[in-house]
Amino acid sequence: MNERVLMLGNEAIARGLVESGCSVATSYPGTPASEILSSAVQWRKACGVPMHIQWAVNEKVALEIAYTASLTGLRSAVSMKQVGLNVASDPLMSAAYTGVMGGFLVISADDPGPHSSQTEQDSRLMAMMAKVPVLDPSSPAYARELVEIGYEISEIFRIPVMLRPTTRVCHACQDILPGEVRPLRREADFRKSPARWAATPAFRFELHRELAEKLAAIAAWPRTAPARLNPHAEGRRAVVASGVAAAHAGEILLESGLWDRLPIYRVVQPFPLHTAFIAHLFAAYEEILVLEETAAVIEMQLLDRRRVRGRMTGTVPEAGELLPEIVERLIAEFAGLPVKEESATAKGGGRRPTLCAGCPHRSSFYAIKKAAPKGIYPSDIGCYTLGLNLGGVDTVLCMGAAVSQAAGFYQAYRLAGKPVDIVATIGDSTFYHAGVPPLIDAVVQGARFVLVILDNSTTAMTGFQATPATGIGAANEPTGAVDMESLVRGCGVGFCKVGTPSRLPEFTGLLKEAVAFSHERGPAVVIAREPCVMDRRQSNRLPPRRKVRVNEECNGCRHCTEQFECPALVYDEGGQRIFVDTLQCTGCGVCLHVCPRSAIVEEDPGGGNP
Amino acid sequence: MSGQVRQQIVVSGVGGQGVLFVTRLLADAAIRRGGSVLTSETHGMAQRGGVVVSHLKAGDFAGPLVRTGQADGLIVLKEENLPLHREFIKPGGWIVLNTPRPGAAEGTGGVHAVDADGRAHESGNLQAANLILLGFALARLGAADRGGRLFCSPDDIEAALTQRMGDRESALRASIAALHLGILRGKR
Repeated sequence: MNERVLMLGNEAIARGLVESGCSVATSYPGTPASEILSSAVQWRKACGVPMHIQWAVNEKVALEIAYTASLTGLRSAVSMKQVGLNVASDPLMSAAYTGVMGGFLVISADDPGPHSSQTEQDSRLMAMMAKVPVLDPSSPAYARELVEIGYEISEIFRIPVMLRPTTRVCHACQDILPGEVRPLRREADFRKSPARWAATPAFRFELHRELAEKLAAIAAWPRTAPARLNPHAEGRRAVVASGVAAAHAGEILLESGLWDRLPIYRVVQPFPLHTAFIAHLFAAYEEILVLEETAAVIEMQLLDRRRVRGRMTGTVPEAGELLPEIVERLIAEFAGLPVKEESATAKGGGRRPTLCAGCPHRSSFYAIKKAAPKGIYPSDIGCYTLGLNLGGVDTVLCMGAAVSQAAGFYQAYRLAGKPVDIVATIGDSTFYHAGVPPLIDAVVQGARFVLVILDNSTTAMTGFQATPATGIGAANEPTGAVDMESLVRGCGVGFCKVGTPSRLPEFTGLLKEAVAFSHERGPAVVIAREPCVMDRRQSNRLPPRRKVRVNEECNGCRHCTEQFECPALVYDEGGQRIFVDTLQCTGCGVCLHVCPRSAIVEEDPGGGNP
Repeated sequence: MSGQVRQQIVVSGVGGQGVLFVTRLLADAAIRRGGSVLTSETHGMAQRGGVVVSHLKAGDFAGPLVRTGQADGLIVLKEENLPLHREFIKPGGWIVLNTPRPGAAEGTGGVHAVDADGRAHESGNLQAANLILLGFALARLGAADRGGRLFCSPDDIEAALTQRMGDRESALRASIAALHLGILRGKR
């Protein structure tokens, strides 16, 4: 390739991995990181290089597999979203001490905003805690370059290196000239050294000392030193920025005429911050404004508090994305310019996301509300979080927590002597990821609740990645498969039945049976199995289409739009009744059972099941 | 890259309408013109029918986001989003709007309107509203190198479509037909 092509940030990162000779790449999907692994699959095919690329059952497993490949001398990488790094933090903390052989990158994508996450946490803080260096790209093109630089640091200093893009890098597109692919032709060669790879606490103390020396050296490594973007500018104040905030700031300085009189530095390696750079800042400037997302990582390493403005001084907002309008205001205030009125950020709001028309989860939630109308509904991370629009989701904490929260509610109400129906929901991929250990715990403790596993045979929210049950790999290659029913029964659950949510009356009956079982005997599991309507791989498994319409019995009560919320059922303000939006309707036919007046009818009876 | 048009455009719609596809075609067209381009997209939960907005900056820029009051133009696939995203437009900027009542919207505040959903319905290709609207925008605004207001031309977009969909002949034909339907509507 010798032409610039449009690359998504995640595609650019994957391109960097393939160009740099990464041999093993692992991940668990999560926005905004998901496309890194699928793009690596594409580049591997396009470039014809040997690589092992896989989705792992969760981020901890993904990190451990990739890390271990590096112990054999190969270059490897694990990618995930920031909350995935929480799951993988245990091996990361330890791997910082033991170090690496081949280069090892931990790519953790942060989500300031947040746009698609539970938290706005800053993975760079996790890098600080683990004591590993972290690189903070400001654009897709730069992210690609930092992959090779990260591998160099990792191999020179024998340390895991974190690459921390944010949503505005991962999901930005840029014209990029693909680089050459340099196969390293390394072979796995694990050199045994139990004192390192199986270190006991006594050795760990030595490894910790060694780690401190590595960090001190990395803080003096010239290639990742901060760059002065406008060397000609002179002044007693300076802006220090990293990530996308640095891109916004540079552009705003150019457009506002401050480019020639307000020095700006772009920090590439926020931790460890270069020691000489810190000294230079305090020697050269009276006041320093730090712009970074989302925590004060650079700022807290600038120790003279009287001269630094940022999050810790309340200058920069504590929460939310550093949108360019905010950066513009902060720079204007810092430079003593009048703040423009129109620099308010765009309004939020508008149409909220909802489960797709024909989504089987909608029927599941409707049935849960019928089977346990006064129940508590813990839920989990995935498309089905949108069940909160339907009143079918009361709590969402983190991956797998639906199961443990169901147990927590049970124990709390048991102590009070007030039994309550508890129906938890979890997606199939989430169940494999983190739902199994709490289910074992629930069996051991005899926690009485129903767990509905919403099994649409894919990881839908993040782009239809295969689950461990499907026997399909990241490149659609055949893999082993783990049967869900056997897994549930293997956890010791006494009630495990499979139902089809779109067969609403039968499915509601099955849930009532499960609720009754849970009252007497501990956890009951219902597997709600039906393909995702958006997953093209499963389109041949969808139930037959049924044509529905709303007849004159409709009195506009809006039960269907409020309790069922199908985007294909629309309230007509003029006619004060419901009509079917045929553009959106998938013909699942579930709404036939939803109208209290039976005003939703099938146009051509006998057209299908059930 | 010298002399390249520097332009910022916001594309607004809801999940499933093809906002990202329109943005990427425009970005491809910017590269065909020999320039740099940056875009920012909405992924994840919002794509489930929620508000989706993408930013495109053709020319020499560093950051991927358009500031309020800085956009040269706004392409609106879902009319209800207009109040949310109108603030991106700079004074004198244009708005290309998909609306069932184009007559009522046309002309006020730089608005160029077409019933892209209606035309898509008529053509039997329900997914085509995004390309009809893009074709309409290309024809109505005109390419900058011919005195128009958009950095690229219909030919650039058609080439980008061909490059992206070249291996799927019937889908490509349908897409180009939709684009031309829009172009026809956009000509005055």
